[in-house]
Amino acid sequence: MEGAWILMAETKNPIISCDHVSKTFYSLAGDHLVVDDLSFNVYENEFVVLFGPGQCGKSTILNLIAGLELPTKGKIIVDGEPVVGPSPNRGMVYQTTNLFMWETVMQNVEFGPSVRHVPRKKRREIAQKYIDLVGLTGFEKHYPVKLSGGMQQRVGIARAYANEPKIICMDEPFGHLDAQTRYLMEADVDRITHAEKRTVLFVTNNVEEAIYLADRIILLHNCPTSVHKEYKVDFPRPRDYTAPDFLALREKITDEMDKTL
Amino acid sequence: MDEKLQNTARKRRLQYRLISLCSILVFIGIWYLATAVLQLAPSYSLPSPVKVFQTFITKLTKTAPEGATLGQHFLASLQVAFTGYVLGVVIGVPLGILMAWHKWVDIIVRPVFDFLKPIPPIALIPVMIVLLGITIKAKAVLIFFSTVIPCILNSYSGIKQTKSIHLWVAQTFGASRRQQLFTIAIPSAMPMIFAGLRVAMGSSWMALVAAELLASTKGLGYMISVGRALLRSDLIIVGILCLGLIGIVISFLFDLLEKLFVRGGKER
Repeated sequence: MEGAWILMAETKNPIISCDHVSKTFYSLAGDHLVVDDLSFNVYENEFVVLFGPGQCGKSTILNLIAGLELPTKGKIIVDGEPVVGPSPNRGMVYQTTNLFMWETVMQNVEFGPSVRHVPRKKRREIAQKYIDLVGLTGFEKHYPVKLSGGMQQRVGIARAYANEPKIICMDEPFGHLDAQTRYLMEADVDRITHAEKRTVLFVTNNVEEAIYLADRIILLHNCPTSVHKEYKVDFPRPRDYTAPDFLALREKITDEMDKTL
Repeated sequence: MDEKLQNTARKRRLQYRLISLCSILVFIGIWYLATAVLQLAPSYSLPSPVKVFQTFITKLTKTAPEGATLGQHFLASLQVAFTGYVLGVVIGVPLGILMAWHKWVDIIVRPVFDFLKPIPPIALIPVMIVLLGITIKAKAVLIFFSTVIPCILNSYSGIKQTKSIHLWVAQTFGASRRQQLFTIAIPSAMPMIFAGLRVAMGSSWMALVAAELLASTKGLGYMISVGRALLRSDLIIVGILCLGLIGIVISFLFDLLEKLFVRGGKER
């Protein structure tokens, strides 16, 4: 089955391709190799989860793909173009609340279009569409301080989508949320990515979240980070956290993860 | 339920106001007791509140003994303060922002700025008198100086404290450096900039009164210094109370402005 998957993958063009990427942070205290010879591909409209334990440089990988950091070795190609800096084609959703606190929900969501000087009426329309999609209708005029953590992350997701990027990177977007909200948000992301087909690269250290959301899980080695193993997940959606298949895969990945530590 | 909550809030606010009013009344009462009733101090050194109030009323229309009514003094002070302050803000805030945003502006301006920063504005009064005489211009320059420093300092650190994650987000949306400055850095620095404006207001008001005490022919500080020369302590106290009242009014105006310009509130 894994062989068949590889064959199928080769017939498609990857939208993200990391080719032997390494990243070292240089400092006076010593050089720190964070990403070591990392190679993987992501295909159009695929939901790929980068899964790995704690401090293993997963965020660095997303920053490299976003173009906020440049690799020390190797190259990253997104949509046929090498990454040399940030681009509106690659949206980011971060772990911490990074909304613009001085802007309303609406202004936050329409930030991307307004940077590109999309006319006011048009960008209101776009923003409204994604505010509705993430379920925040009625909160357009609120300031982020008034919203709960989960709602703030919804605004963050709507903001990334409203810029209509080719790929969306999410860096542990639910890391700070309580378990209950987390389940709700996972279900919503599942719904949103189904409604609005995009290529999503999702980082998490939660194995349930990974299996619930992913088309494919890339299990990463601990520091320095490289690809340890890949799992294709083709259970029907929405998935059931307690289904036997789900639990079996969960156990398999958890066992394998212990080897990466 | 909501209405009930609002009612309790309103009641509580009324309660607070009543208490504040009481504490002021008690203060005046003690003052009255100490001066008019017990006569602990001779009336030329500490007049009773009644006397002070009478002087206040007469000073509204009479120009004796120093040649101007209270209103004229007030306007004279305000005019100088306003000119110097506005100039200081208009130059200081953008300069602070530019210093924080463009490295080369920082490199050029910083040596001069670091040299001027620790000088207390009041120390400049003699220099200003020598250079510009006992004129409005001299005082305006002084006020300008005491305004510009806190404005630069606060705008600078406000911009420097912009969260890098906010800038990253803006970059991933394709915002140019210029767009990042105007849509991210400046709005997020607004609370800091406003705090700077407040500090500047305080220090410039202080510098102004000091300058008027030393060298002027009009203004509240001048009135106070004449009061001292003539042993008219009632005049001095009227001057001091006016300064206090103006301080309260100004900080109230700032609260209003801040509500207008600083949006979204503080991050949790």
